[in-house]
Amino acid sequence: MTAPSASAPPRAPAAARRRGLETLRRYSVLLILLGIVLFFALSAPGFLRPSNLLNVGLQTSIIAIVAIGMTFVILTGGIDLSVGSVMALSGALAAGLATRQGLPAAAAIAVALLVGAAVGAANGLMVVRGGIPPFVATLATLSIARGLTLVYTEGKPIAGLPPLFLWLGNGRVLGIPVPLLLMALAGIAAWVVLRQTRFGLHVYATGGNEETARLAGVSPRAVKLAVYVLSGVTAAVGGVLLTGRLASAQPNAATGWELDAIAAPVLGGVSLFGGVGGVGGTVIGALIIGVLSNGLNLMRVSSYYQLIIKGAVFVLAVMLDLATQRRR
Amino acid sequence: MPTDVPLLRMQGISKAFPGVQALQGVDFEVAPGEIHALVGENGAGKSTLMKILTGALRPDSGQIFLRGRPVEIPSPRAAQALGISMIHQELSLIPYLTVGQNIFLGREPRRGRLGLVDWPRLYRQAQALLDRLNVGVDARAEVRDLSIAQQQMVEVAKALALSAEAGQGFGATLIAMDEPTSTLTERETEVLFDLMRSLKAAGVSLIFISHRLEEIFRIADRLTVLRDGCLVGVRSAAEVDANDVVRMMVGRQLSEMYPRTNAARGGAALEARNLHDGRELHGASLTVHSGEIVGVAGLVGAGRTALAETLFGVRRATVGEVLLAGQPLRLRGPGDAIRCGMGFVPEDRKGQGLFLNMAVRENIAISSLRRLSRLGFLRFAAADRLAGEFVRRLAIRTPSLRQRVRNLSGGNQQKVIIARWLALNPKVLILDEPTRGVDVGAKAEIHGLMNQLAAQGVAVLMISSELPEVLGVSDRILVMRAGRIVAEFSRGEATEDAIMRAATGAGGNGGAAP
Repeated sequence: MTAPSASAPPRAPAAARRRGLETLRRYSVLLILLGIVLFFALSAPGFLRPSNLLNVGLQTSIIAIVAIGMTFVILTGGIDLSVGSVMALSGALAAGLATRQGLPAAAAIAVALLVGAAVGAANGLMVVRGGIPPFVATLATLSIARGLTLVYTEGKPIAGLPPLFLWLGNGRVLGIPVPLLLMALAGIAAWVVLRQTRFGLHVYATGGNEETARLAGVSPRAVKLAVYVLSGVTAAVGGVLLTGRLASAQPNAATGWELDAIAAPVLGGVSLFGGVGGVGGTVIGALIIGVLSNGLNLMRVSSYYQLIIKGAVFVLAVMLDLATQRRR
Repeated sequence: MPTDVPLLRMQGISKAFPGVQALQGVDFEVAPGEIHALVGENGAGKSTLMKILTGALRPDSGQIFLRGRPVEIPSPRAAQALGISMIHQELSLIPYLTVGQNIFLGREPRRGRLGLVDWPRLYRQAQALLDRLNVGVDARAEVRDLSIAQQQMVEVAKALALSAEAGQGFGATLIAMDEPTSTLTERETEVLFDLMRSLKAAGVSLIFISHRLEEIFRIADRLTVLRDGCLVGVRSAAEVDANDVVRMMVGRQLSEMYPRTNAARGGAALEARNLHDGRELHGASLTVHSGEIVGVAGLVGAGRTALAETLFGVRRATVGEVLLAGQPLRLRGPGDAIRCGMGFVPEDRKGQGLFLNMAVRENIAISSLRRLSRLGFLRFAAADRLAGEFVRRLAIRTPSLRQRVRNLSGGNQQKVIIARWLALNPKVLILDEPTRGVDVGAKAEIHGLMNQLAAQGVAVLMISSELPEVLGVSDRILVMRAGRIVAEFSRGEATEDAIMRAATGAGGNGGAAP
């Protein structure tokens, strides 16, 4: 970049301090991840074994995919609490359509993804048309989608899935688990969309200042509708992968996963106020969550305590976000 | 107390931030019972000096004397104990609390063993204070129901209460006011000035910071001019005029504050017929020709911003129509107006005009993305070229195109917004208060830019609350009142008096209603 005009930035000290803080923020996530890895490498037996590391990747990948969709929503300044329920609903639908209705597995999965998109569209319409705060709209959807799942499954797991499901959840290509490949694919695609396309810039503009965006000719309503649809689709993808991994659709699957899906981008520096952050941070955030739960499992920390630890980590991430925001 | 000892003397104040010497050996004095204006371009060091005075910053060197005695002001609380308060541009009252609660916030009078708040006493004291200021504000009113002007009165009352509680009389009280008139109407400004004069008569000293020179000459006894962190001079307001002060502020002679090259007026570019928006507009009609700058004056609440927003499609017109080059438009949103060749520089630069966390390049390019992308993918090289071109053409002072726009000065931020529209080659540009809070140098540049655009055949519609600006810049002046255009003046026949008469509905003979 050239410096087209001479004089120095007018408020250099504040800017420099802010830049410093942001750099710290950017790399602090990576440092935290490395710190946690180091800690478990030293104290959790078998953590560094290749099979376990692969396992971490597997655990992380599904959360990461859902969190990537969530990243778009949070970048516009919104939130999607319904992703856990949407995962369960789409997983159950895909499994049910394939086993009970006898649809080809691929068709069943396609329908499930469409339903995810539809739920996302409903969220988006409530926010954009109805003017309902995203927190409230998606909280309602969280309940509705879970209810639909329970009605559809009659509260019972659906098993006996076709091989495509099992391959998606547990298969490998060149030794790499399929969900991990899909995560990489989703991450790269999301990065390209956010950083290289007009739509991506509109997402940042909408989250950065909705009123300015509107006056500049961007349509924040269209952008928001799109990101909720996207989040619905990534949640559905996550739901199908989870179903494959568990080799059955559980009516209570992914309960509470919205926390992880929100925590991953926030840990990775995506601001809950919108307009700041990127998908790279989200993936690192998801890795932190994955490593943490894997390591704690290896150390035989009860899952009850893990919930408490996860909540505390989330609060710390939000506090860091707030501290950075305040200095802006 | 001998009156020849200044109430406040700041001596040799220096303050450096990494990379910037914000203040360098500045002396500053305020006499008892004086209204002292502090003047300078943005970045001249006014706010740093005030932050040091009010304890928000510590100086690197220099001393502060109050009535001849050296004092330390390590914190805002210490400043308050010395009788020094600051009223900021953004008011700090809590909207859902009452006036009395705000005045005594955190220092509520208590009673009884439980230390419950003594509400009757609180309101009695607050009301007594407000009555003494003669401002006609009810201590039990909620702050959100007050006008900005009334809220400032409450801030003044709070400052006096703090000073009194610190054991300081009115004569030891110093209140610094940062741009208090920037959001006030002409009439509210008058009321504020009356209050300031009566405070002065009661012995209170005031520091008045403003970009509006004519106001400074109306109210201030003396003025201190800062430039680039240095003291330029102290003058009695009676012995200098606006041109002298501008020269002191910018260090050069502005050839003329409002140059206007006459451009050939073309056909009607933008027309509005009988516009209503269901709220503030009640039948506004106007015509702006290509190559013409039309100024819109009027009091706050006259519907000027509503007019601009309706023309640009931000608000829907319930009745009436907008025509561009004679063609009626159907505006469903700003996007439609933009596609038709209109641009809009909104009043609230930070809230509506800028993406503060985004780079200069993105802020300029945001409305031209269709041209700057292929199949939805951005062409960054093209965006760099476009933004670079306008940074040069508009002399936007930024270290790079990647600089976040929040780090630019107000004037340069405004130029970024203007660049956004110029990139689209607009036929019509609407500017709402384009130079509010912008320093004198940048202001002249923006006016020059508007001139240039008009000369190129753009139809320019400018809303401004500053009458000298409206008079100086416009080819034609429209006056709004109660949602309508009530008067029109040509450049030659307009005077401040005539415009104010039309704007207030005071009658008179100015201009014909279209």
